[in-house]
Amino acid sequence: MEGKTVTKVAQSGLDKKTLLKFLHEMLLIRKFEDKAGELYARGKIAGFLHLYNGEEAVAVGAVSALQKHDLLITHYRDHGHGIAKGIDVNRCMAELLGKATGCAKGRGGSMHFFDASLGFYGGWAIVAGHLPLAVGLGLASNILGKNQVTLCVFGDGATNNGYFHEALNLAKLWTVPVVFLCENNLYGMGTAVHRASAVTEMYKKAAAYNIPAEQVDGMDVLAVREATDKAVDHVRKGNGPYFLEVITYRFRGHSMADPILYRDKGEVDEWKQRDPIVTFRQKLETEGLLSAQEVEQIERETDEMIAEAVRFAEASPDPPLSDLYEDIYANP
Amino acid sequence: MPMITYREALHQALREEMSRDERVVVFGEDVVAYGGAYGVTSGLAKDFGDHRIMDTPIAEGVIGGAAVGAAMGGLRPVAELMTINFALLASDALINHAAKVLHMFGGQMSVPLVVRMVGGGGAQLASTHSQSFEVMFAHVPGLKVVTPATPADAKGLLKSAIRDDDPVLCIEHALLYRVRGEVPEGEFLVSLGKAEVKREGKDITLVAYSRMTLVALEAADRLREEGIEAEVVDLRSLRPLDMETVLASVRKTNRAVTIEETWRTYGIGAEVASRIQEEAFDYLDAPIQRVAGVEVPIPYAKHLEQAAIPDAKRVVEAVKQLLVRTGG
Amino acid sequence: MVSEVVMPKMGYDMTEGTIVRWVKQEGDEVKHGEVIAEIETTKVTVEVEAYGSGVLRKIMVSEGQTVPVGEVIAVIAGRDEAIPGIEEKSAPAVTEAPRPAASSAEAAVGAKEEPGPRVAASPVARQIARQQGVDLKLIRGTGPGGRIIKEDVEAFLKKRPAEVPRPAPVPTAAAPAAAPLEIPHEERDLSRIRQTIARRMAESKRVAPHFYVTSDINMTEVLKLRQSLNALVEERGKISVTDMLVKAAAKTLREFPEVNASFAEGKLRVYQRINIGIAVALDQGLVTPVIADCDTKPLSQIAHEAKEMVERARTGRLRPEDFTPGTFTISNLGMFDVEEFVAVINPPEAAILAVGSVTARPVVVDGEVKAADRMKVTLSADHRVLDGAVAARFLQRFKLFLEQPLHLVS
Repeated sequence: MEGKTVTKVAQSGLDKKTLLKFLHEMLLIRKFEDKAGELYARGKIAGFLHLYNGEEAVAVGAVSALQKHDLLITHYRDHGHGIAKGIDVNRCMAELLGKATGCAKGRGGSMHFFDASLGFYGGWAIVAGHLPLAVGLGLASNILGKNQVTLCVFGDGATNNGYFHEALNLAKLWTVPVVFLCENNLYGMGTAVHRASAVTEMYKKAAAYNIPAEQVDGMDVLAVREATDKAVDHVRKGNGPYFLEVITYRFRGHSMADPILYRDKGEVDEWKQRDPIVTFRQKLETEGLLSAQEVEQIERETDEMIAEAVRFAEASPDPPLSDLYEDIYANP
Repeated sequence: MPMITYREALHQALREEMSRDERVVVFGEDVVAYGGAYGVTSGLAKDFGDHRIMDTPIAEGVIGGAAVGAAMGGLRPVAELMTINFALLASDALINHAAKVLHMFGGQMSVPLVVRMVGGGGAQLASTHSQSFEVMFAHVPGLKVVTPATPADAKGLLKSAIRDDDPVLCIEHALLYRVRGEVPEGEFLVSLGKAEVKREGKDITLVAYSRMTLVALEAADRLREEGIEAEVVDLRSLRPLDMETVLASVRKTNRAVTIEETWRTYGIGAEVASRIQEEAFDYLDAPIQRVAGVEVPIPYAKHLEQAAIPDAKRVVEAVKQLLVRTGG
Repeated sequence: MVSEVVMPKMGYDMTEGTIVRWVKQEGDEVKHGEVIAEIETTKVTVEVEAYGSGVLRKIMVSEGQTVPVGEVIAVIAGRDEAIPGIEEKSAPAVTEAPRPAASSAEAAVGAKEEPGPRVAASPVARQIARQQGVDLKLIRGTGPGGRIIKEDVEAFLKKRPAEVPRPAPVPTAAAPAAAPLEIPHEERDLSRIRQTIARRMAESKRVAPHFYVTSDINMTEVLKLRQSLNALVEERGKISVTDMLVKAAAKTLREFPEVNASFAEGKLRVYQRINIGIAVALDQGLVTPVIADCDTKPLSQIAHEAKEMVERARTGRLRPEDFTPGTFTISNLGMFDVEEFVAVINPPEAAILAVGSVTARPVVVDGEVKAADRMKVTLSADHRVLDGAVAARFLQRFKLFLEQPLHLVS
């Protein structure tokens, strides 16, 4: 397995502020997801809810390699990516509660976060459907000379869909600045990778389209960051798309309705030993980069942010009924 | 005014809009060297270069999706699909994505794209290449659908579609590319969502679009010989649908026949007829008749194909059925 | 003895009646002459009397139902007498559970339906007919399947005399979008009286070419006479101006038989009796009970009959004999301070006299202006039956009878 792992934090070349930010963001995402799960169970959130627990290092590590004007387009398990790209957790939580203050005005819900101003171009819920969009976004960057990288995140399940192959092919033909980032969490819903894909190592699929690719340890935020840095650098220089396969694991079910019958508890426990937040904190502590007070402060800050997000979301107004008819057409 | 073909009118629209706005780019199947499956984009590559007009693989999913992404990225793409039959493969991108972005993401971003495609039958291309799926797309809030019948409308509608901030499907007709008509040179726009009375009459309203507009006009000629003055309303846009023009005509003539090449069941005629009775019931002097494609896969053999597609004779028959008098 | 109660014919033009109320219920004892039901005809509500004694064994027509004249509406017989041809209620039926709500809803819906087959007419034809007050039943449809179409209604309207008042077209521009054609309104069912008036008056105006002659009458003498006569009698015997007009009209008609006539199938029908109708305004509409043989009755009798008849009309208790066919009608709106007006002939009569109020007005008498009690009357006449000069002479004579009123009591 499992791609490259950065063993020592000190080797990453990142400053302490950035490292603490990683820990802060990953914890924030984890706590956001736990709270969302709780609110779902209490009936405050409806629809589908797909939680990102266990995969936080991917979003935080990869997005940190982007510049502010770079774009991120992702699948429906999108809370972590949205938070990593900078969407205020208040607006994320409000979206889950279907409120007017949500990042999509309460129209999108869990699967359809969006913030154009932050370059977060959506959670998309038709599996693999957004990969062609990334090609179009890359084309626009090329033609308009924006030097804008698009990070396109999708799961292992998407690689078996025709869209994946059409998008990689055209991305290469058009030499678009797109980093394709496959989050391989070993299951497409409840189907293990080997049952759905003739090739179980996703990065090999990129070879069919002559796109450089590598496999990365998705439980290591620094490894993800390092690989994404390299990928972004490659595409920003005009070399065309790059493909990353990040091996990760989803600690919770596919969605809140998932009874998790397809994997045994031992496997989950084994992966939890590699919890990206716990292991990263331990590394920081071992290398003397994180004090007990700093840990406490991060814990307290993230707790407060989540508590405030819930307060904000619950206090926010419902979208007005008139909103139903808004924004169907830009030129009605 | 110069007489040019429908094909030339479309070409003119693309050329003018690409010159006017650098964000306008064209991509699709065989649009560069081949000049487009129906020759519309011929010569554009030479004048605008390969960064403004690009070939794609025959992969409609990514064509549709890339158009959505390109529009979100700040371009005004005009994608060409070889035929509307292939558009089924792009329909996910158009219906699930293009039509949703503005509303679902809270009004943050619109998708100014155009997808051009040829629809309709009559060229003996058999079942998979002769269909009319405009109803499917016109059904979807968030999409716009235009179906020009004349060279002038082809130019004016395509130019307006390119300037529009919403996703627009421009559905051309296979048998119209060589039809000639007067087309204004230079700036000429036809508003989206505006029908046009192509011929005035007092006895009955014929509501049609695309090639069926020409069929309706031919039927109107024949009816005049029998003393029946038919008014022909060309819808031009199927969404937004300009019912005001249709209703104004029906309030005058008190009768209507809808004509469409697509299948009758759940068709455009069904929608138009329903809206007429909802909004102008008290003006009707007869039930509304629908002339539509017969409900079969369109066969290859010429006489079978012709029997499957409405023609002027069927329109005349439908009109007479409404106007038949029982003495007195 | 079994006695069938039928829907009575209460006038020459009555074809059907509606049961308003059953005064007696099944099982009740009834005596000959007792009121057992109230029915509504096209004109009034009248009482139905039992023609036999016994028990009201069977009610055949329920309240609200309309049946043709002559149809059996109930059966009176001895309590245990067998009734041939009529099924008795069986025991279980008597103890039948109350009908579920659905049935009463059905009944209500059913009751709203128009009798007879629905006329096939296009929506626009219906709309024009509604706006122009045209009964679609009068129009022959020429559309597919015989449907009445717009052209049929328009052709019908062209044939209709131009002077028929038509409601102003309903403006459409300012109307709300939801109902572009009409001002918001409530649709009321026509009462039977209203239906009859609508049909008969429309027919009169369509068929009979009306012309009008007006006369101004000095009422001074006739009012004096009325005062003297009324001084002699108690309240019930008092004479009204209308009574005197009826008498004057009767005497005039005796001299002008061509006015006491009808145009019937290309011939003149000159009546030998002088039966004068008095138009009485009721809440439900206008009724015109008739006093028969006015020329042979003294003023006092006319006054007596008129008083009773008007009272019956106002209480909805007119009797069949009140609807003896009339030969002439007087319509007096004087009590409403109407100076003069024009009436529509009550077919098949040849004329109607519209009477205005009696008012003191300046008149020139022997070169001097004096106040006098004057009254204007307008005769509407059917030109097929008589000409203007006859009408003029008729009024001249009528005027003379009133201005020299001793003729009325002679």
